[in-house]
Amino acid sequence: MNAHLQSVVKFLIDNFQAQDKEYQGQITVIVAPEHLVNALTRLRDEFDFSMLELQTAVDYWPQTSPRFHVVYQVNSFANNTQLRIRVPLDGNAPVIPTIEGVFANANWHEREIWDMFGIRFEGHSDPRRILMPEDWAGHPLRKDYPLGYEEVQFSFNFDEISLRKPKPGK
Amino acid sequence: MWPMLFGLACCAIEMMAAQAANYDMSRFGMELMRASPRQSDLMIVAGRVSRKMAPIVRQLYDQMPDPKWVIAMGDCASCGGVFNNYAILQGVDEIVPVDVYVAGCPPRPEALIHGVMTLHEKVRGEKITTWA
Repeated sequence: MNAHLQSVVKFLIDNFQAQDKEYQGQITVIVAPEHLVNALTRLRDEFDFSMLELQTAVDYWPQTSPRFHVVYQVNSFANNTQLRIRVPLDGNAPVIPTIEGVFANANWHEREIWDMFGIRFEGHSDPRRILMPEDWAGHPLRKDYPLGYEEVQFSFNFDEISLRKPKPGK
Repeated sequence: MWPMLFGLACCAIEMMAAQAANYDMSRFGMELMRASPRQSDLMIVAGRVSRKMAPIVRQLYDQMPDPKWVIAMGDCASCGGVFNNYAILQGVDEIVPVDVYVAGCPPRPEALIHGVMTLHEKVRGEKITTWA
């Protein structure tokens, strides 16, 4: 990693008890949720990471214990570096502070994470579902959400499935 | 018979191709596509209908005046197509009554025109009392 990124990682490890990992030249730093907003604000102000490139979440249930990881990738145009930050969260109704005040484009990213994973962002200005209909129950991208597929109608089960199908009137 | 300008996804490109110069649908009386449902008789549902879009499709169908017909174009409108999951309606016939299903992913413009011809045959056999 270049000198800029080395100083950033050292700064994060010293001030926020972060742990860093490297994979094929890409740096990931794991941070606790209470330090998140502070760390991102200081990254944006002092180290010139001006853009939040992506914000997603991963569900590792049931393999890994902190079930959700919220992943942020910040980008510095001036130094041409990217840094990934992961925040592990656990439980069925995890809460994490919003970074909408730090990077404005986090608004829709956080709405999508709420819709798909059920991770609450406290302080978010508009906590609505963005991809599913508003009255949908459940969070589809969790690993314990059913696939929701329809049984395929072959010729051997054609009649049974036809009886179950809804028939709209004209 | 005037179709409604209502393409949802990739099948809409084939619908546009069927309307354009090479596979001309205006030879068959569909000179123009009406953008407003109030002025159209045929709704060609071209593309996958997601669960969020389903009430909107139903509302547009309700806004069309009688007599009206529906062609489900492509696999996704007929049966959900390749998308067998929670987010896509498994066939638009869950919400609107369909007259002709055109298979294909996407169906060729000639297949869509064949579907339109089939619908014309069906309409020729209908009586005015079906709609009155």
